[in-house]
Amino acid sequence: MNIVTKTTMISGIIALSLGFAANAGEDAKLVINGQELATHVKGGPDSPLDELFSGWVFRTEETQALQLDDFENPGMVFVDHARDTWETAEGTAGKSCADCHGDVESMAGLRAVLPRWNADKGALYTMEDYINDSVVNHMGAEKWKYTGAKMQAMVGLISLQSRGHTVAVETGGPAAAAYELGKEIYYTRVGQLDMACSNCHEDNYGVYIRADHLSQGQINGFPAYRLKNAKLNAVHARFKGCMKNIRATPYKPAGDEFRALELYVASRGNGLPIEGPSVRN
Amino acid sequence: MDLSRRHALALGGAAVTISLIPINLAQAAAHSGKTAEAIKMFAGDADVAEGGVELTAPEIAENGNTVPIAVSADGAASILIVADGNPLPDVITLNFGELAGSSSASTRIRLAGSQNVVAIAKMADGSFKSASAAVKVTIGGCGG
Amino acid sequence: MASKPRVKVPKSAAVGDVITIKTLINHKMESGQRKDKKTGEKIPQQIIDSFVATFNGTEVVNFTPAGAISANPFFEFTMKVPAAGDLHFVWKDQKGDVFETTKSIAIG
Repeated sequence: MNIVTKTTMISGIIALSLGFAANAGEDAKLVINGQELATHVKGGPDSPLDELFSGWVFRTEETQALQLDDFENPGMVFVDHARDTWETAEGTAGKSCADCHGDVESMAGLRAVLPRWNADKGALYTMEDYINDSVVNHMGAEKWKYTGAKMQAMVGLISLQSRGHTVAVETGGPAAAAYELGKEIYYTRVGQLDMACSNCHEDNYGVYIRADHLSQGQINGFPAYRLKNAKLNAVHARFKGCMKNIRATPYKPAGDEFRALELYVASRGNGLPIEGPSVRN
Repeated sequence: MDLSRRHALALGGAAVTISLIPINLAQAAAHSGKTAEAIKMFAGDADVAEGGVELTAPEIAENGNTVPIAVSADGAASILIVADGNPLPDVITLNFGELAGSSSASTRIRLAGSQNVVAIAKMADGSFKSASAAVKVTIGGCGG
Repeated sequence: MASKPRVKVPKSAAVGDVITIKTLINHKMESGQRKDKKTGEKIPQQIIDSFVATFNGTEVVNFTPAGAISANPFFEFTMKVPAAGDLHFVWKDQKGDVFETTKSIAIG
């Protein structure tokens, strides 16, 4: 049951370079509230991909339109919730995020460099890890569910502060081991369908699998408001969903495998801009 | 093949405005007695004429859970939207008050599968007009 | 848990202008079609089934959504501006919850 082959890749890439931008017209641009975000950039010297495309370009016109306006973007309603959360004291310390961090704008640039090695903790930290570190250790509150609505709304709000910033995750130094693990996971076939992430997202992006238009699997748009479940989705939740789709036993969200994979996948997007909460199918 | 399909999508994927597609209410009834019932609750036994209503919906919906639609009918007092393939056909009833700038609205709807979205407009003089849009709802290969 | 609904209304307009209004509210819009995975029973419908916008007390639009309106319902419509005043929006759901917000429009 071999869905994808190398020869398909060639035709996929040709069709890709000639045609897939036609989804929304040759000149379709991602301009949100007047800010233009690049959706197509050249891969860096270490990039396995020559050209990087945001997931936005693979969606239909109607879906793309939903992201063009922060009012129409349904994900932003959850970002509003997070703005309230930011100001609300929680936990034994009686502090809110604002009490220590001031305005959320102070988070600008952070999303673009995560996940990263946290030297103090001696571990790879994702945005969710940083948030829970503050929630538990500085606020004295119960930790938030990693892929839950409250957490993802906050990840969305903080990601929004980095909208337009270029993804630049560090893959060397102490993060190197996680990077290598993530890379290995990315290229390893698993599951009943015996597929690796690369089979779809590297070998066949731009091509259709049934009616789904395969993207490069970039995460610069996460958390993503998915039309499918009408909420903001975490990176790890999406990884889990993908693994279930190929009938593999998924790794656990917030576990080491997905953290490593997140670092690797983020690095594949080095050069693309953060989009703030995106809208995807 | 991918190229031509993509072009088809580019041409047809844009919002489609259909105002003169005849509604075969008998057909609607054949699909689901519920659709005919819903229309009857709104329009009674009145003749429902074609035209005079613009209904915009994507030809191919990327995800059936959130399908953007828009409807407009000059001079309509209210518009009923039904989806003839949903378990329950009623989608929304739009009533336009004194201060409405136009008898038009946009929203996002759920479609359980490929089907027709039908708009029935009740005009100020008590007559009824209609439009229909066929929407294909795709089943994703992997993420959907 | 839902915070204020979002509405987009111009801050000012001229008398007679037709303005576009957009609204978005966080609500699950439980359609009544989904089944509980454990019991197999249908989860009861719990949707916003009324949305009314009035301006200085006069109706602009009055919508009756059904279960097929997507979660986080979005509505866009127009209004003819008669004077300065307040646009009042009310959403009601089947549980009896009421969500409201008001925006002012100036003439100028």
